[in-house]
Amino acid sequence: MDFTFDNEQNDLREAVRGLLERAYGDSEQRRKVVANDPGFDEKTWSQLAEMGLLGLPFAEDHGGMGAGPIEVAIVAEEIGRVLAPEPFVEVVVLAGGLVSAVGTDEQKSEILGGIAEGSTVAAFAHAEPGTRWSSSASGVGATRSGDAWTLDGVKEPVPNGARADVLVVSAAVDGGTGLFLVPGDAPGLTRTGYRTHDGGRAANLRFDGTPATLLGTGGDQTAAIERALAEARIGYAHEAVGAMDTALRTTAEYLKARKQFGVTLNKFQALTFRAADMYVSLELARSTALWASMVQDAGGDVVTAADRARLQSSRAGRHIGKEAIQLHGGIGVTAEYKVGHYTSRLTAIDHLLGDGDWAAARLAQKVDGYPTVDPLGAPYA
Amino acid sequence: MRLQLSPELEAFREEMRTFFTTAIPQEIRDTVAAHRHVTREQYIESQRILNAAGLAVPHWPVEWGGRDWTPLQRHIWREEMQLAGVPEPLAFNATMIGPVLAAFGSQEQKERFLPATANLDIWWCQGFSEPDAGSDLASLRTTAVRDGDDWVVNGQKTWTTLGQYADWIFCLVRTDPTAEKRQRGISMLLFPMDTPGVTLRPIELIDGGHEVNEVFFEDVRVPAENLVGEENRGWDYAKFLLGNERTGIARVGATKKLLAQAKDYAREITVDGTPLSQDPLMARRIAELENEVLALELTALRVVADSAGGKQNPASSVLKLRGSELQQAATELVVDIAGPLSLASFADGGSDVPDWARVATPTYLNYRKVSIYGGSNEVQRTIIAGTILGL
Repeated sequence: MDFTFDNEQNDLREAVRGLLERAYGDSEQRRKVVANDPGFDEKTWSQLAEMGLLGLPFAEDHGGMGAGPIEVAIVAEEIGRVLAPEPFVEVVVLAGGLVSAVGTDEQKSEILGGIAEGSTVAAFAHAEPGTRWSSSASGVGATRSGDAWTLDGVKEPVPNGARADVLVVSAAVDGGTGLFLVPGDAPGLTRTGYRTHDGGRAANLRFDGTPATLLGTGGDQTAAIERALAEARIGYAHEAVGAMDTALRTTAEYLKARKQFGVTLNKFQALTFRAADMYVSLELARSTALWASMVQDAGGDVVTAADRARLQSSRAGRHIGKEAIQLHGGIGVTAEYKVGHYTSRLTAIDHLLGDGDWAAARLAQKVDGYPTVDPLGAPYA
Repeated sequence: MRLQLSPELEAFREEMRTFFTTAIPQEIRDTVAAHRHVTREQYIESQRILNAAGLAVPHWPVEWGGRDWTPLQRHIWREEMQLAGVPEPLAFNATMIGPVLAAFGSQEQKERFLPATANLDIWWCQGFSEPDAGSDLASLRTTAVRDGDDWVVNGQKTWTTLGQYADWIFCLVRTDPTAEKRQRGISMLLFPMDTPGVTLRPIELIDGGHEVNEVFFEDVRVPAENLVGEENRGWDYAKFLLGNERTGIARVGATKKLLAQAKDYAREITVDGTPLSQDPLMARRIAELENEVLALELTALRVVADSAGGKQNPASSVLKLRGSELQQAATELVVDIAGPLSLASFADGGSDVPDWARVATPTYLNYRKVSIYGGSNEVQRTIIAGTILGL
């Protein structure tokens, strides 16, 4: 049991932080970038690729770095720390993770190789209007005709769906949910992109007899989807920790600088106690996120571990996000000042792949099946 | 970053688990598990078994019975002890005065007191708080005036836990009322509770129990050799002691055990024919609480793993604050599971209410103390805001 980062991991963090600090150390820079499509900076994306970060978890045979969950966690946290709009978790961990898990060798080499070198933006098209946080698909169906497949139905909201070069699409098939690849410019695909409140982009994707390629060898992929979603949830937990860390730090600085009634705000215990509680929330979420990555690394029950991290980071994200604005006062609600953007992103993360109540309900179904949670024992280690 | 314990630590954990669940009499462990009153004799019997096996004071210096363990080993030791329902070595002895004497006591004091303290041959109690000195301990007013070879003590202490069992008291007294900084005029004295002039008065708590006391001193003569360390340096020793008091104060193992018990209790209670454990809201409440305890345990593990280098991880301040809140939340959960049965709190014979439901509310009421003692949670928030956030 060891909760410390090794030297290489610390170096990785320094390098990522340096790059992202140059890009987004000034929060005005982020505002400019997210004002225009595709909602992130293609140049920064290329720099992340040059540093090897976009292929971090992929096998070296497929153009990746062969790194583990801890390295992914470090990058995600640094992304969150400056609210970098580059879709690392979405493209690398989630869409890339699915291709990595179920794709054929050929698909992996092409798509993962493309993601790793920054030339391919992949997106997982999974959410469907009128449903919430499922690991299966029902609103988009796949039809087979000989060796060829076509898709029909609507996916929305799909993060980066309008910008994506390739879409990994979940669709109902006989006996479950299949995964398919669809090029962004496929015939019969209508993409309507829009901005999201956190500066990101999402899209409505309408499939109308759209030709699609089976990802991997077919069959029901619900378990693979569940696992990839779990790994993305862990990634988001780290991104949230980075964002919460900055939100708290920014708030503490503000309390020391802002004067009212002739004194700085940190003279008011009503405010400092609330900041202390934010710190408690942050550290508990950080511990749980790190643990979930360690469970993933150890080959334990990553789905349950991700639900646990999800629950903790959801509760913490809401607490810290809301308090960060309240402790700032009116300026926290303005777009010119950065802290409100952190709250907005934390809110988006919270609702992307299942919120705290959702995770709690899943954990509640299992709670009667074991006496105590042993974080260092079965089923986690 | 690695999740698994090393094979050596895995074996260590197994060794602790086996010892605690086999060497300590079942009756004592059942008493702890049932949240019933542990008698003086049971405390002593349990601690002597631990001490004979070298497991009562592993955190002390090796020459006085310590084991030179890593922080992680100590964490595992404590966790397993709590999960097994073993009464922990008496805190006043093992985590309070023992380490103070080992660090600051004279050689004579060490030889005289430490072996007896480890073995609970002497039962210590704490003379710190006073009616007008709670969280603001440095405002204490009990005085000690030098008279020949003695100190003469006058004043009053309060919240003296289990003082009714105690043989000796370690007591903070004001020895220099003129000191510019009030912290600089305080000393620590040791004296037997049966010294003439010492009077103990029990304080009944809202759970109906007698756990704490007021202690009055009227011209109590204490030999000068019973001063700890240097005169007017008592505040330093008190801070050292309170720092130790806060380690292990998260009581994660105990809360985990209580949650496991709560699940059992929820299976015993039926609502319109269905076990309460199957009620989705109850299941979710338990799941949320369990996840909070997990997050705390992981934070404790992070802190112990980090403190090996000698520098305390700042997240350690979270442990007392959150640990006490979760202990309280778990006791509250049990009261709610007991529901109307919780009213049978003082039933003795002739009641059909199970024992756990009878003790539920007294335990819940008693546990309001945990966010107050050892530095109240408001003090902890002040520490976090001040030392970590720089506010």
